[in-house]
Amino acid sequence: METATLLMMRNELSLLIVILLLLLVELFAGQGKRIPYIATGLFLVHTLLGFWPLPEGTLFGGMFRSSPLITIIKSVLNTGVLMLFMQAGSYLQKDSNRGKITEYYILTLATLLGMYFMISAGDFLMFYLGLELATIPLAALVAYNLSQMKSIEAGAKFILLAALASGIMLFGISLIYGATGSVYFADLAEQLQLSPMLFAALAFFLTGLGFKISLVPFHFWTADVYEGAPTSVAAYLSVISKGAAVFVLITLLFTVFEPLFAAWEILIYLMAVLTITIGNLFALRQQNMQRFLAFSSIAQAGFILLGVIAGTQYGMSTVIYFLLVYIFSNLGAFGVAAIVYNSSGKINIDDYRGFYQTNPKLSLVMLLSLFSLAGIPPVAGFFGKFFLFAAAAEKGYYWLVLIAVVNTIISLYYYLRVVRAMFLDRSEEPIGRIHSDVLTRLALAISVAGIVLAGVFSQVFDWIYTVSWGM
Amino acid sequence: MHTDMFSYTVWIPLILLAAFLLVGLLSDKLKPLVAGLISTAAILLAAVLAYSAAAGYFFGAGLQDGHYTTLIPFEQLWLRFTDTLVIKMGILLDPISVMMLVVVTTVSAMVHIYSFGYMKGEKGFQRYYAFLSLFSFSMLGLVMATNLFQMYIFWELVGVSSYLLIGFYYQRPSAVAASKKAFIVTRFADLGFLIGILLLSYYTRTFDFMTLTQPNSGILSSAAGVSFMGASVLTWALVLIFMGGAGKSAMFPLHIWLPDAMEGPTPVSALIHAATMVVAGVYLVARLFAVYALGAPAALEVVAFIGAFTSLFAAIIAITQTDIKRVLAYSTISQIGYMMLALGVSGYGSEAGLGYTASMFHLFTHAMFKALLFLGAGAVIHAVHSNEMTDMGGLRKHLPITHFTFLIAALAISGIPPLAGFFSKDEILAAAHGHYPLYFWSGWFVAGLTAFYMFRLYFRVFWGEDRQYEHKPHDAPPSMAIALIFLALASVVVGFIPFSHYVSANGEPYTTHMHWQVAALSVAIAVAGIGLAAWMYLRPGTVADRLAAAMPGLYKWSKNKFYIDEIYLWVTRTLIFKGLAWPIAWFDRHVVDGTMNGMAWATAQVSEKIKGLQSGQLQQYAYAMVLGAVAFLLLLLYWGA
Repeated sequence: METATLLMMRNELSLLIVILLLLLVELFAGQGKRIPYIATGLFLVHTLLGFWPLPEGTLFGGMFRSSPLITIIKSVLNTGVLMLFMQAGSYLQKDSNRGKITEYYILTLATLLGMYFMISAGDFLMFYLGLELATIPLAALVAYNLSQMKSIEAGAKFILLAALASGIMLFGISLIYGATGSVYFADLAEQLQLSPMLFAALAFFLTGLGFKISLVPFHFWTADVYEGAPTSVAAYLSVISKGAAVFVLITLLFTVFEPLFAAWEILIYLMAVLTITIGNLFALRQQNMQRFLAFSSIAQAGFILLGVIAGTQYGMSTVIYFLLVYIFSNLGAFGVAAIVYNSSGKINIDDYRGFYQTNPKLSLVMLLSLFSLAGIPPVAGFFGKFFLFAAAAEKGYYWLVLIAVVNTIISLYYYLRVVRAMFLDRSEEPIGRIHSDVLTRLALAISVAGIVLAGVFSQVFDWIYTVSWGM
Repeated sequence: MHTDMFSYTVWIPLILLAAFLLVGLLSDKLKPLVAGLISTAAILLAAVLAYSAAAGYFFGAGLQDGHYTTLIPFEQLWLRFTDTLVIKMGILLDPISVMMLVVVTTVSAMVHIYSFGYMKGEKGFQRYYAFLSLFSFSMLGLVMATNLFQMYIFWELVGVSSYLLIGFYYQRPSAVAASKKAFIVTRFADLGFLIGILLLSYYTRTFDFMTLTQPNSGILSSAAGVSFMGASVLTWALVLIFMGGAGKSAMFPLHIWLPDAMEGPTPVSALIHAATMVVAGVYLVARLFAVYALGAPAALEVVAFIGAFTSLFAAIIAITQTDIKRVLAYSTISQIGYMMLALGVSGYGSEAGLGYTASMFHLFTHAMFKALLFLGAGAVIHAVHSNEMTDMGGLRKHLPITHFTFLIAALAISGIPPLAGFFSKDEILAAAHGHYPLYFWSGWFVAGLTAFYMFRLYFRVFWGEDRQYEHKPHDAPPSMAIALIFLALASVVVGFIPFSHYVSANGEPYTTHMHWQVAALSVAIAVAGIGLAAWMYLRPGTVADRLAAAMPGLYKWSKNKFYIDEIYLWVTRTLIFKGLAWPIAWFDRHVVDGTMNGMAWATAQVSEKIKGLQSGQLQQYAYAMVLGAVAFLLLLLYWGA
């Protein structure tokens, strides 16, 4: 094999190098407080390299694929992880995390590597390997706060349920192999047909991915795990892990499972309705900020399914656009929640009363993020939802769009509840003035810029639209 | 080709946006002087670019095959709704947009410079300059819009920045009330504008000015063919669009906000409420002139009538006002009425489009001398700390520069040759005469009224005896004097521009001639007006009071602005609030809220009921997952086949 072809997996290689370098840094430089800067810097280099376009092609006899769209998706994930690293620094530098700072970065990047392979997979074997690599280190990350019972409980719940989901999915994959004799995506598309065995395969496969994306009824772990995990890990789960799984879902549904459209259309439809509604109903009553954001992110995943089911080039680009905007908005909201929790230990929505009085800038970031999540014009979240709805309506899913619109109105209530607490309610003892470090502020500024600019400049969407041709 | 050489024009608004962001975001961190310098540098740079674009357009690339073409040097897709319905943002250059570029940047630059002196030491100096940049950006975006939708967006932005600037002294309740009034009245008019845009674009399937104003393209036929309540849909759409224009340009009966808007700082009044924003309505009609003239002449009649009536109506009110800024405000309304009238009586063509040329010509000259009048008034107010004429007198000795420049502007607006106003007014009256003699006579009469109220103001402020001044009035400081002198020069020379060589309804240059009879008549009545004003106000006497006493009814009505504000109040309080709003509020409270509360209650109930599902029990979660997978399988087996 020539080096040139091997460079097709340049992104994976460079990420691997970053991981190895971090290991070496730990070996020789120890666990200093400089680790977050080194890790973020290395990852920044990797992210920048990732923007370099890659040609279309396959490696290892078709097990590994690369295309412009895949490169973009990886860059989107990179951007999210980079912002997350910028926010996580001050949390990791706390004394209670002494001795395990590098661990955080290595584990996170290992899961990211798994996601790369999952997205680039050309057959089910590679896909499954990627999925496992993306899941198992996550359990360790969720249980990162070893001193807290809640964190350990969350880790245990996550690993057990993830194992169950993987098992069911692997069963589905083996059924596919049994029916067709192949695990290569390229071969499968021609051989699949509507048959009971493949129905089972499809249902089990969707169970596995539904777990990753936290779609109802596979979502139960979400709130408990988000609550127990460190905030930056919860943010990672809600944005990066979910985003990668959505990309894979939409690609596989429209390449491998295309012949089974009539079957999965029903399931996606059903999951969309259930996920949006249940996510919203639970979000309504949450007091804990992290649980609140967990249910909000479940509902958001349901909205994404509208674009998935629409499934045209337009649908695909709406999903990518929505995810991009969602990354900015959710990282903005999680970022502020993390800053507040880490500096004051406050986590309830009621604690945010009078937040605007003491921390006007942070509460404005939160406001914009929540507006974007709620889909209030003119911020980007509005266009994200608008395009998703338009894509679904174009395909004639009027009832689905109607249900989604009604749910958007319900969601306004709980998003605005936080806004009201911050801006309108007075408090005897509000959260004190918080001074966050430069990197965190920069990350929040990027979030805000993304939320505002992605809404104002339609070029963003047009560019995604052009690239989405032929996923 | 030719469009490429103008691609730099996109920077004209962007420079100002950058200045706004810079000054607005840093605001208090900047020293006041630095903030002012940044904004001023930006507008001066924009002005240089605008002048070079004008030179390049009028003396070069614009003229092709004997007529001025429309160039679009920059256009970007902004929003895509469907493949046919897209919204673009771009830059459109044609004679009137290039002319407006020059007007807006010139007046704005002068106001920027002038404000250094006028606003010196004010709290919020940085905020003031940030808003000025925002306004200039929005106004330029408006004039260079390539389509109706872009124009509408900037139209609203202009409204917002005007709102911010009127309410600049937000500690003063009257300023806050005035800014609110301006916003609400113009928003109300904009509703008509928006409906008009939607109607027009629904039938023509486009927002683009280029496509809309193409003569003989047949694009208007579908809208012209459908009729509604006795007029074609096209006529309705254009009348509604004109309603938006009438709101911004303070045409009767939507003029009530403009006099109150004088609560803003005086330089702002000069920029926004005299020279630029208020003529946006005229510009809008001119921009769509081909559609008006070719598609719905009936709508044009409405424009002419409203214009003629407003010019007369406002001139009568101006005679009795004693606040100098309010006199100028009513004068502005009256002059914009002239411009509307000229557009309304114009036909489509080169010579036939004399009214069109005249309207744009007057817009141009008026911007110069009216801005000068306002800035002069600002210098007076700056010197005596009052807006009331009764507090002023004999100021010509104390304020020589202000006095001299103000006199030039007053002569210009009165139409005394060879100053700018004479030429443009002459063309308007000639065009009106060709269309309908009554419009000519009313316009002619307004010319006399204009000269009278202008010189009433002039004599009362600058002549007569000194009043008790708190301190000796001082003339304008250098920054203010520069702006005054520049605009005075402009008021003298711009009348000699052979305007019809550059601006005409269909883009073909032509030559106009003086209309000697019209000129003689209008100069005669102007001189008569000035003479009357001199006779009544130059000598300290009782002529004016006796005259007012002789016609108590007319004087009182005019003084109270024909009670238009009171009528609005009665309509809103009695009819709308009591008659309409109360029943609606009842319905809203009991029926709508009841339903909504019921739905909210139901949602909360369901949410409460299902909370048991999230138990925290791992086994239960796993059970639910397996159950889900099996349920999916069963569902597929049952439905999938």
